[in-house]
Amino acid sequence: MNDPKKIHPIQKLMDNMWLLLALGIIIPCLSYTLWGWLELAFLKAAQLP
Amino acid sequence: MNQESSSGLECPKPGWFQAPSGNERTWIGMAVTWCLILSVMMPYWHFRGKQNSTGEAYRVKPADFVKRVEAFVKVNTGEETLVEDGIAPVVPAPPGEVYLLAKQFFWFPVLKLRSGETYRLHISSADVQHGFSLLPMNMNFQIVPGYDHVLTIKPQAPGTYHIVCNEFCGIGHQQMVGKIIVE
Amino acid sequence: MNTNSDYPKRICGTTGFPICRSAEFFVKANAVLGVVFLLIGGIGAVLVALTRWQAVHLLPVDWFYRILTLHGINMLIFWILFFEVAILYFVSTTLLKVRLASRLTAWIGLIMMLVGAIMTDVTILLGKADVMLSSYLPLLAHPAFYLGIILVAVGTLIAVGNYFATLYIAKKEKTYEGSVPLVVFGATAAAIIAVVTLLHGAVVMVPTFLYSLHLCAQPDPQWYRLIWWGLGHMSQQVNVCAMVAVWYFLAALTTGAKPLNEAVCRSAFVLYILFINLASAHHLLVDPGVSAGWKIWNTSYAMYLAVLASMMHGFTVPASVEVAMRGKGYVRGLFGWLTNAPWRNPGFSAFFLSLLIFGFIGGITGVTLGTQQINIIAHNTLRIPGHFHATVVGGTTLAFMGLTYYVVPLLWRRDYIFKPLCRLQPYLFGIGILLLSFGMSFAGSMGVSRRSWDIDAGGSIYGPTAHLFLALVGIGGVMAFLALFLYVGLTVGTLFFGRRIADGKAMSDWGTPKVLSTSPGHDHVAPMPGIAGGATVAEAHPTQGTMVLAIIFLLSFAVYYFANWKALADVWPVR
Repeated sequence: MNDPKKIHPIQKLMDNMWLLLALGIIIPCLSYTLWGWLELAFLKAAQLP
Repeated sequence: MNQESSSGLECPKPGWFQAPSGNERTWIGMAVTWCLILSVMMPYWHFRGKQNSTGEAYRVKPADFVKRVEAFVKVNTGEETLVEDGIAPVVPAPPGEVYLLAKQFFWFPVLKLRSGETYRLHISSADVQHGFSLLPMNMNFQIVPGYDHVLTIKPQAPGTYHIVCNEFCGIGHQQMVGKIIVE
Repeated sequence: MNTNSDYPKRICGTTGFPICRSAEFFVKANAVLGVVFLLIGGIGAVLVALTRWQAVHLLPVDWFYRILTLHGINMLIFWILFFEVAILYFVSTTLLKVRLASRLTAWIGLIMMLVGAIMTDVTILLGKADVMLSSYLPLLAHPAFYLGIILVAVGTLIAVGNYFATLYIAKKEKTYEGSVPLVVFGATAAAIIAVVTLLHGAVVMVPTFLYSLHLCAQPDPQWYRLIWWGLGHMSQQVNVCAMVAVWYFLAALTTGAKPLNEAVCRSAFVLYILFINLASAHHLLVDPGVSAGWKIWNTSYAMYLAVLASMMHGFTVPASVEVAMRGKGYVRGLFGWLTNAPWRNPGFSAFFLSLLIFGFIGGITGVTLGTQQINIIAHNTLRIPGHFHATVVGGTTLAFMGLTYYVVPLLWRRDYIFKPLCRLQPYLFGIGILLLSFGMSFAGSMGVSRRSWDIDAGGSIYGPTAHLFLALVGIGGVMAFLALFLYVGLTVGTLFFGRRIADGKAMSDWGTPKVLSTSPGHDHVAPMPGIAGGATVAEAHPTQGTMVLAIIFLLSFAVYYFANWKALADVWPVR
């Protein structure tokens, strides 16, 4: 892992700002935003007698 | 050990991607363990604990919810609804579905519940967002117009409990205090 | 190799870094505007604190809610975003030795942000937006309130784009070799999170703005909460990244600290990028409509991976200081490195106090209050502001203040006036914020709610202890405001009256630790005047002191966390 010519794949991820930007947008937008939005959208109506 | 390394202001030397060692590695191990404990606590309490917020709710039109609350009050007091100057009627309620309305700037009605019984408390708002804060236990839930928020609760001891609105709802917000009586 | 050498720049007489003249202008402009909005927010703060102190009760009811709205927006949005744009432009151009990508873009961003902020502030002061920072529908403000925020969000997004473009140019023109410096990596993490934040801001604010003009139906209030907190909380995660980047920056300048392991520090920033934004869910933990599953998964930052990141930084930053200090010969006992650290240097004291306050108070309360079930006994009580004043104010704002004590001499090339007062200022601010935060947290534990003008208005519900803690809020608030005012006064005064630093000369030294004659290494990097140099370390276990502090932190965390579960178990069963 110390071989200076070979770059660790995780280092490649860290050096790639565009990939980090993409993942940084996609993950929260799916997990927080879209999931929450869908739960609200599919909420049932109240059964008020 | 640090001779080769660069400060946070400089580009790191090639080959900087290395596994942690020494105290740093020990600490990361401790932190991971703590995070696993944290991760387990919420699901554990969800299944075994008595206090949870599952967000159970149903879509409702505010006007329909108001009517439902008034009907509930009428059934349990045999009176026409009283909404004059914010003074709400006291409504003794049998275990089961009970209804509470949040409106600028009062809570309607005053529910009279029995200790040890389970109730499904339906709360919603006639107008803007409000906060249901039951004191002195300090139990807090968000009340949103258009959503019938159902809390399955079990009062534990007799007494008079205050409901303080703790979501800013307008100029009279600080006066918005209601009551639940438990016998 | 460097084809970039013909842009207008000067060489910094203190650090040797090339300062891009265009960037320098925009760094200064954004930093100055940031401090202006900090002052507005700060005046709002002291007025609000003196109103919540029931015995003083300064503002009348309508002005309380108005000024509280002003305070929230100016502090959490305007001060922070302007200062962060300054940081982005500063670290990218200086540390990567590159020109700013586009002056025109920088101007457009700046003007949009400024016009938007003024528009929103004026609307609030005219009484047309008494809706709090969070402006929850169905409460409705004047359209100019929303338009102003949209302009600030879009302007910031443009500035962030300019930052990414600058990084792109630096990479293409090979102005640096290999990976970017750690401080730039941290700033990039902040910028990425800012993009997510501002996207949410656009999605929620545009329909609401159109609704306020009666051009569309009212967006659903619960949907509004979901998306708004994408803007509201994610913006605070931008602050966390920027603050940590500033910690590494100040640690290097004040003690010569170097990260022990770049992979560890950068991994922590990557965990932030991927997962920290999920925790916006902790504002919706007791909301209707979103399920326990959604709440638990998201509020845990995906199994606390982002909390792990904070705990990693919480170790690596002080550990780097410890190693640097031991390398200079401060090896006595467990904490000789800490007691001999340059506590007289406001850049150091602000940074280290920020670390302690953010970690011990802000972080521990944040994770605890953000636990789905524990939130039941905390939501909308004063415990919540008790938490976030420790993070955003005691953490981020204090760190930014520390940075200013270097940025002003480095960029404006004036040494600070009244240095003894500067040395005192971070302590005054830190102590004030701690008192404020404690007062809020204890009052909140007794059920005192946030955003309320008068806790006695609905009858005598709270006892004298709650009133006492609100008095503590008032006192801490006044102290913090005095320290804020001191910071602004000293900084502005320095811009006009500070002793000029001649071209090519170094700034005067705030105090950096001397290398002791007993230190082990022979290859001490000769420090530039005013900036600490690095040194070698001979000990086998050079981070014992930090380890002890970290263990104390973990124990405190466990005690506080489980005490809250116990408190929760005492309330009524609820599902």
